[in-house]
Amino acid sequence: MFLVIPTSYLVVGSFRDQAGHFTLQNYADLTRPITANAYQASIEISLVTAILGGVLGFGLAYAVISGGLPGPLRTVVMTFSGVASNFAGVPLALAFIFTIGRTGFISVLLNDVLGWNIYGSGFTIYSKLGLEIVYLYFQLPLMVLIIAPAIDGLKKEWREASENAGASTFQYWRHIALPILMPSLLGSMILLFGNSFGAQATAFALTGGFIPLVTILIGGQLSGDVLGNQNLGYALAMGMVAIMGVTLVAYSWLSRRAERWQR
Amino acid sequence: MTGEVDRLHEELEELTGHREPTQRRMKGRRTAASWAVLLLGLAYFFLPLVGTLLFSLRERPFLAAYAEMVRDPQIWSSLAYSFAIGVITIVLSIALLVPTAFWVRLRLPRLRPVVEFVTLLPFVVPPIVLVFGLISSYSRPPLPLTGTNTGSDALLVCAYVILSFPYMYRAIDAGLRTIDIRTLTEASQSLGAGWITLIWRVILPNLRVSILSGAFLTLAIVVGEFTIANFLARPMFATYLQLISGNLAYEPAAVALVSFGITWAAMGLIALVGRGSQAKIEITGAH
Repeated sequence: MFLVIPTSYLVVGSFRDQAGHFTLQNYADLTRPITANAYQASIEISLVTAILGGVLGFGLAYAVISGGLPGPLRTVVMTFSGVASNFAGVPLALAFIFTIGRTGFISVLLNDVLGWNIYGSGFTIYSKLGLEIVYLYFQLPLMVLIIAPAIDGLKKEWREASENAGASTFQYWRHIALPILMPSLLGSMILLFGNSFGAQATAFALTGGFIPLVTILIGGQLSGDVLGNQNLGYALAMGMVAIMGVTLVAYSWLSRRAERWQR
Repeated sequence: MTGEVDRLHEELEELTGHREPTQRRMKGRRTAASWAVLLLGLAYFFLPLVGTLLFSLRERPFLAAYAEMVRDPQIWSSLAYSFAIGVITIVLSIALLVPTAFWVRLRLPRLRPVVEFVTLLPFVVPPIVLVFGLISSYSRPPLPLTGTNTGSDALLVCAYVILSFPYMYRAIDAGLRTIDIRTLTEASQSLGAGWITLIWRVILPNLRVSILSGAFLTLAIVVGEFTIANFLARPMFATYLQLISGNLAYEPAAVALVSFGITWAAMGLIALVGRGSQAKIEITGAH
């Protein structure tokens, strides 16, 4: 009731004009610069953090699981990942401000030791790049958690068999490991995409609405009708739901395909 | 006999000798690369924490930021409020999902995909959209809930119950899979137990472990949740932290570390409770 009513309220509202008549104008208005830019920024940041987080997270997971490291390290990394992937929002934003903010200790360290003022060279934590660095803090560990079962599913025998057949490491990855892992990798990255697409608290706490993400714009609409049209806000939210829906469907389809190799 | 084995060993070494060193070297290189990746990952994980810790220690006298934090009555009230909301959320979520999951497993297995889909909806409807919808629907008649504190509290709890669906349902469902509910149901019914007795005294105790892990995760998420609390103007822990981060210099760093500690404690409890069972993956959607 508290999920369906509000959502259907938004659905109905998004098809109405301000006088209450049926219209598709709100969806057409989504192409206006303010909303289109928000979608673009959100998609860009989500793509970057999903791909980077996916690749790096896979690297870390693979290093821990099949990289020849002592066994207990795996448990350590998995526990850390569980914590870090749930550590988000206001405290996460603050932690990064204290670290690579203007007076953060890494910024100060770089300036004092190397004489390199990162803020002098145009970097700021309150930017898209900064936000991406912060998002990676929960994206990367999430990737480690979701890709671990797939890496476990890579049987040692396959590698040995390919080595015995004379395959190089590159050939093993190109022809065996990557094709098997591909559905899991793609599925996980899609999940990461959705994870960062729906994020609001971290971006809000970090930039206070300076970067116009979809979630930030919806927040602005909620607190002060920045779009000047309540119904356009509903359409904006619906567009977001549609994108999240597509990511979820794609994820579940890919994860079903990935299961074939995990028996 | 022993001599024969040794001779064979030597022969084997001779035959494979040209391969072994390269393989070992390759393996060594791989291990070294793994260590490098791991150390980089850990550095990325710890640096923000170190930064926060150093920042919180900057204030003089030593530990002053922590002394201020402990003396601040608002942090205690926001923590108490957050935990109270968290506990109510967990109780409601259990009360709603245990009978549902039980019923679906026992009588309506065909509905399972549907229920699973519903419990995944919070991922499709992110918190910001959920709170947008809630405020739009319930800020006017017939149910003007946002007008009063109690009404807003109720909305907040309802939103959190929805947020808790995915992991609570999965935890409960995984627990139900490990027990033979059909036999338990028939046994208790033949002893004259009604449905309420059955769920309360038979099913629930059997699910304790799996419910606990879902509950701790829910607690961690509710205590750290910001988006919904912020727009419903509730004095939660995260909104309090956001408030003071604008006004105070060092105390927020100390509070951020406390918040991290809470997440850590919840994860530790989950690991402790769920020992022996598989690690679960959770989509929290509270970012």
